[in-house]
Formats: sequence, C-alpha cells, structure tokens
Amino acid sequence: MNARIGYIASNTFREAVRDRVLYNLIAFAVLLSGAAILVGQISIDIEKLVVINLGLTAVSLFGIVIAIFIGIGLVSKEIEKRTLYTVLSRPVRRWEFIVGKYFGLAGTLVVNTFFMAIGVFAALFYVSHKFVRADALILVALYFIVLEFLIICSLALLFSSFSSPLLSAVFAFSLFVVGSFAEDLRGFAGMAHGLTRWLATGAAYLVPNFSAFNVISSIAHEQPVAAQLIWHNTLYALFYAAMALSGAVLIFERRNLK
Amino acid sequence: MKQRRRTSIVAGACLVFCLAASVVTLHGTDKLRPQATIEDVLFVSSPKVLKRASLGYDGLLADIYWTRAVQYFGWRHYNESKSYNLLAPLLEITTHLDPHLVVAYQFGASFLAPAPPGGAGQPERAIQLMEYGIQNNPDDWKLYYDLGFVYYMNLHDYKNASDAFARGSKVPNAHPFLRLLAAQMAEHAGDFDTARMLWSATYQNSQDKQIRQNAIEHLRGLRVDEDVTHLQEAVTRFGARTGRLPASITELATAESLPGIPADPDGHPYKLMSDGHIEVRSPDDFSFATKGMPPGYKPVTKFHYGQP
Repeated sequence: MNARIGYIASNTFREAVRDRVLYNLIAFAVLLSGAAILVGQISIDIEKLVVINLGLTAVSLFGIVIAIFIGIGLVSKEIEKRTLYTVLSRPVRRWEFIVGKYFGLAGTLVVNTFFMAIGVFAALFYVSHKFVRADALILVALYFIVLEFLIICSLALLFSSFSSPLLSAVFAFSLFVVGSFAEDLRGFAGMAHGLTRWLATGAAYLVPNFSAFNVISSIAHEQPVAAQLIWHNTLYALFYAAMALSGAVLIFERRNLK
Repeated sequence: MKQRRRTSIVAGACLVFCLAASVVTLHGTDKLRPQATIEDVLFVSSPKVLKRASLGYDGLLADIYWTRAVQYFGWRHYNESKSYNLLAPLLEITTHLDPHLVVAYQFGASFLAPAPPGGAGQPERAIQLMEYGIQNNPDDWKLYYDLGFVYYMNLHDYKNASDAFARGSKVPNAHPFLRLLAAQMAEHAGDFDTARMLWSATYQNSQDKQIRQNAIEHLRGLRVDEDVTHLQEAVTRFGARTGRLPASITELATAESLPGIPADPDGHPYKLMSDGHIEVRSPDDFSFATKGMPPGYKPVTKFHYGQP
C-alpha cells in the first residue's frame, strides 16, 4: 500500500474517532451486560445463547450502521467542506483518495469489532464462568462479520461517490436488506421462467449475498463452520468489495468536482 | 447569562414535571384498560414471515420469543389462568426461528401438556412440538424421553410412550435407561414404580434447580398416592375381616402388622377419617398428590415450570 493511501486511511480513522464513533462501545457494553444479567432472571436456560446471539448481532448491526452512516459521508463531506480540493491539489490521485478512505473506514470498524469482541467474551465468561473449546467458533462469526463490513463499506463508498448522503444511506441500507434475502431471490429465480428467470438470476448474483456470512445462530449452538465456507466467504467478500470499490473509483475519476 | 440560566431551570423543571405527569397518566390509563396489554397480541403470527424479517438474525429473535413464551406462561400460570391461547404459537415461532433451541422443545412441551392451571392442557400440541424438535435434532435422546413422558403422563398412551422411549434408545449415545423405560412401559404401564422411575430420571438428568425441585415434588406426591392406596386397601381388608372400620390409624397399623404408624414423606402420620378415608395432615404440602386429600380440596398451584 503506498504511503499516501496510508495517510488518508489514518486520517479517516482519526476523524471517525473524533466524531465519537467509538462511543457506540458504551451502548454495546451496557446492552450486553444488561442482557447477561437480566436474561438469567426472566428466561430459562438460554443465558449463554443470548450472550452469543445478542453480542454478535449487536456487533454486526452496530458495525453496519457505522459503515453506512460514515461511509456515505466520506466523499460528500469532503466536497462540502471543500477539504477535498486541498487534498487533491497535492500529489494525491483520486483513486488513492477513495482507497485510503475505504481502508480508514474498514480499520475503524475492525478496531470497533475488536473491542466489542472483548466485550462478548467477557460477558460469556460472566455467564458460563469458563471458556470451552467451542467458544473459539465465535471468532469465525466475528471474522464473517468483518467480511460483511468490508462489503458494506465499499457499497457506502460507491454510493457516496456519486450521490447525496441521504440517498446513499437509503441505497446502502436497501442493498443490505436485499442482500439478506439474496438466497430467496435465487430461489425465486429458480422457480421463474424465460426472461424473468434471467433477470432474477442476474439480480441475485449482483446484490451482495449476506446470508452466507450469518452463522451466528449455528455458532451459538456450537455447530462447526466448514473450512471451505470460511475460504469461500473470504474470497467472495474480497472480490465483491474490490468490485464496488472499483466502481467507486471509476465514478469518482470521472466526476466533475468544479 | 442570568436570563439564560433562569430559562434552563424553568425548562428543566417543566421537563421533569411533564415526564412525571405523563407516567402517572399512563399508569391511570393502564388501570382503566387492564386487559389491553401487549401481552395478548401476536402481531406477526407466521414463523416464516418472522424468519425472513429477522434479516438473518433469527437466533436472537428466537431467544426473544422464547423469553416471551416463558413470561407468557409464567404470568398466566401465576394467575391460575385457564387459557393459554398464545403459548403454542409463541413456541412454534421460537422453534421455527431456531430449530436447534432444544430447551424450547423440552420446557415448551411441559408448559403445553398439563391440564390448566398447571399448563395449557394441549398435550397434542406438545406432541407436535416434540416431533418437530426430533425432526430437527434427531440425535438428541432427551427429546424422545420428553415425548414419551408427555404420552405417558398426560395422555396415558402407554403404547406410544413405549415407542418414543424405544426410538430414543436407538439414538447414538442415548442414556441406557431409555431401553429400560420402553420395556417397563410395555409391561407395567400405569404403575407407581414406572411413574417413580420417570420422575427419578427427570431429576437425575437435569441440572436446573427448579426442574429438580419439581421432580422431588412429584416424587413426594407419588409416595402419598401409593401410601394412601395401600392404606385404603388395608382399611377395606380390616372392614371385611371385622365388619367395622378401624377406630384409629394405630389400630389399623397394629391389625396389619405395619412397622409403625404410617406417615407421609414429611413424617406426619396419615389421618383415618370417620368414614374410613385416609387423608394427609397437610394437603398443601403435597401439591401433586391426587389421593389422601380432603373432599372438595382445591390444590394450591405452585410455580413449577418443569414437567407436570
């Protein structure tokens, strides 16, 4: 990675921290510790399940919200504040700016996820008083969540490169919802005929497939994840994020900033 | 500055006052409409729709629905309610959202199967729930055990109970007593010994304090039922032999050569009533006993969420 991308990435990270993004960790800690204590009182025999399900769901949802709401402003905010012109007047290429922003946001989310993961394990220890071998599977779920963030960040940046923040948020969130239904979309394509089948199949492969990343429920039941799935998801996330990022670069390169 | 401070104080006071007033008003409204709580409403009753709407976070949603089912049952049970209309749908949603949530099948069946007020009085729904659980977790022998339990205790269907235990005994790593239960069921269905065996197994196979306590309560009730049955037979024998009823429990014990005065599990001697009936001294201490209770006695419901 060239140094300029590194500078932009670290600045993006610092900016996110200055924007108090990491404050969500407090909400996360309160939510998780509250649930760990409360669920034992009001439910039966699911304390550990709730800590895993709630913890990982919160990690995922908090991260997605951060990815969308920060990602959509990454480019537009710079244009609005006119800081983009200062950056681009230096020997920084437009693609470096986009890629740097992407890595900065992804880094913010990885750091955020790291602290949340500590919270999940701490809550788990609180309810079970020990760790078992199967708890290591939580790391796989966290890894998949990070992969999900990589895709969402790239999409938010893609929309941010040509649209207003509000519309970018709507597009990114809609794509997240549609991506959660990607498998259903593929099932629908299988049932359709003719042109509809082709269109539905095309749409099913074009939207991000988030369902394969969601292993929270099975990991809560200590069901192992196939090594192949880890490998496939990694490749898919990298390819998809790279594709969206390339789209963002393409658009941004041609964008008239005057 | 002074003006701004005054405004802040007034606004703050206004905020606190209005918040308190709205809470009081809402409290009053709740009192006016006691039945209009969210508790009795299932806005989305289709498990499939909910699974889709969960956007993949179905595990957490299942935990929430399971907690809701527990709260629903607990509250209605506490109030000795006779209707548990939402219990089966709540459990259905829970288990469709997370088909591997074994606890929902096990406890859910024990909420559904017993007759009100102990449960929902829907043993058929309990059977459906257990079969769905077995379909999704075919290697969990405890589900077969619980299925057999419902057949035995709630439906008195000894053949199906035996079948369920036999099916469970074939599962890898199944507890050996399942085979024993299947055989016992076929030969001695309805015996006190068989029931005792089932409750003892429930006690031994659970780590949950309340389930174990519940099993103990049932074992105590069974012991009372068995004692009273035997003593009642002794009274009949005494009558046939002497042409009169025994004057006291001591006379009965002497005539039957019993080792001492027969006593309940708490050590209190049984009472022989003037009409020849045997009764326990403290019926409230044996909430699951079906014999030895005074005529017209209504058992005090205890909050046990375990098996019936």
